[in-house]
Amino acid sequence: DIDGVGRKYHLELVLEDVLHKDSTVNCTAEVLYHLGNKNIAPDVQFTLEGELRNTDEADNIFYNRIKSLEKELVAENIPDSHGNVSPEMQPVHLLAWVASGYVIWQNSTENTKFQLAQIKRVKQVKRSDEYLEFDYMILLHEMVSQEIIPWQMTVLWHPQHGVQVTQDSRQPKHAPE
Amino acid sequence: DQVLHIVPETSQQVQHLQHLCSILLLDLWKPLFPEDIWAGKDLHIRVPAPLVQEVKDSLDQHMISYKVLIPDVQELVDQSMLRERSSQRQVPEGYVYTQYHPMKEIYQWMTQIQKSNSELVTQHYLGKTIENQTMYYLQISQPSDKTKKIIWMDCGIHAREWISPAFCQWFVKEILQNYKSDPKISRFLQNLDLYVLPVFNIDGYIYSWEKDRLWRKNRSPYMNGTCYGTDLNRNFNSSWGSIGVSYNCSSEIFCGSGPESEPETRAVAQFIERKKSDILCYLTIHSYGQYILTPYGSTTTPPSNSEELMYVAEQAAAALMGKYGTSYEVGSTSLILYSNSGSSRDWAHMIGIPFSYTFELRDKGTHGFVLPPDQIQPTCEETM
Repeated sequence: DIDGVGRKYHLELVLEDVLHKDSTVNCTAEVLYHLGNKNIAPDVQFTLEGELRNTDEADNIFYNRIKSLEKELVAENIPDSHGNVSPEMQPVHLLAWVASGYVIWQNSTENTKFQLAQIKRVKQVKRSDEYLEFDYMILLHEMVSQEIIPWQMTVLWHPQHGVQVTQDSRQPKHAPE
Repeated sequence: DQVLHIVPETSQQVQHLQHLCSILLLDLWKPLFPEDIWAGKDLHIRVPAPLVQEVKDSLDQHMISYKVLIPDVQELVDQSMLRERSSQRQVPEGYVYTQYHPMKEIYQWMTQIQKSNSELVTQHYLGKTIENQTMYYLQISQPSDKTKKIIWMDCGIHAREWISPAFCQWFVKEILQNYKSDPKISRFLQNLDLYVLPVFNIDGYIYSWEKDRLWRKNRSPYMNGTCYGTDLNRNFNSSWGSIGVSYNCSSEIFCGSGPESEPETRAVAQFIERKKSDILCYLTIHSYGQYILTPYGSTTTPPSNSEELMYVAEQAAAALMGKYGTSYEVGSTSLILYSNSGSSRDWAHMIGIPFSYTFELRDKGTHGFVLPPDQIQPTCEETM
């Protein structure tokens, strides 16, 4: 506890590569939850002890595939009800996962635990520059309240420039049936 | 035939082992090829019966230590053959346990299971849901002259946790396929009866198949039909409505209009209340999170038999981890998860059932409620 400021946590964690389970990297982090105003994202500082795997090849394959599509990509329900994600949609899913991490960080308090539950809908947005843009409607699951929260997010990505969430907004739960 | 486990220590030992394998044409189970035998790495070799002594003598001569992994390969083969043959007889042909099934198919499965295993399984009426679906439980009971204690297990109290009913079905299948050949299971059934409710929240489960995959509650109408659903696991009479709930129907943790306000809750509670003096253990299966949760959620005051409860749960978590390395956290809900009241597990313990646990199955959030079907088998195997 830091008087007048908030509560700081010191963490030691292990990062595991989702696509290569044997690949792990140690990490230390400090997270500061601010007192009072719950609308400020917690401060995060971290240090990686090691390097992340190089993904240039897979990044470029995905990038070129999307760039060469004749019609903008559109998809729904990833994963589907049974938990399946088609191979073509895997990178789209991973991108949503990363972007949702940013949204989750911005909206976390000491009393929330968010997970990405599902991509309800994703639509590619055409751009004249080199970036790829996707408009996502995702569902976040919040563990304490057990709520499923729809959230819209606009995601920009480029193999060399990484991921950016340029816009995001919490959506109302759809009208009762 | 025997299978030996060896961990070669030096390159000389490796060479000797490679030599032995090729000269005697031994069957390498791990690794597959002699070239892949390395110092420090596990080696499993099947040795034909007539060569066992010769091989062991040779290993002793070269100071290579070994362990007998499988003392009788034929015995193992016979056991698994027995399982194969009997499985075709006792379990519905073609029912795929590694896929998720809609409610209609689960009803059919229950009927079929009872028919093909009538010496052990009986289907019983429990009650009706708010939408008038019939709730059935399966009783697995070996005929005997002594009264046996009961283990109760329910799955699917929350609609979206599909892995849970999948586990109940898997569990029943495993017991029925192996009770003759597995000494642990047959001893179990000599002393205990198993009562399994494969889907607690039937209306909700159907709704998650047809309308909203992430639905959680039952389908009770409130506010003139403008809002639906009570969280059945907040609806039991255990400090009902006190903490970790909402009084608002639009919340996922709405506790209902009163304790046991929901027909599904009443159906289960009345039955368990009636049988409580014979019930040794109450298990309720959920997902996700990988936890074995002990009472209570409504208070951090530990239950009277807290040590014993924890000990058993820790043994379970260790056994579970032994299968695929999956780690489960063990502890009371209020301490390791969050506070909640009105849970079935708390209620079961409060009315006197000594062992009461909530299992939260795989995973830890990567797939969450939408666990892919290729994880059904490993999840069920390790939990078994």
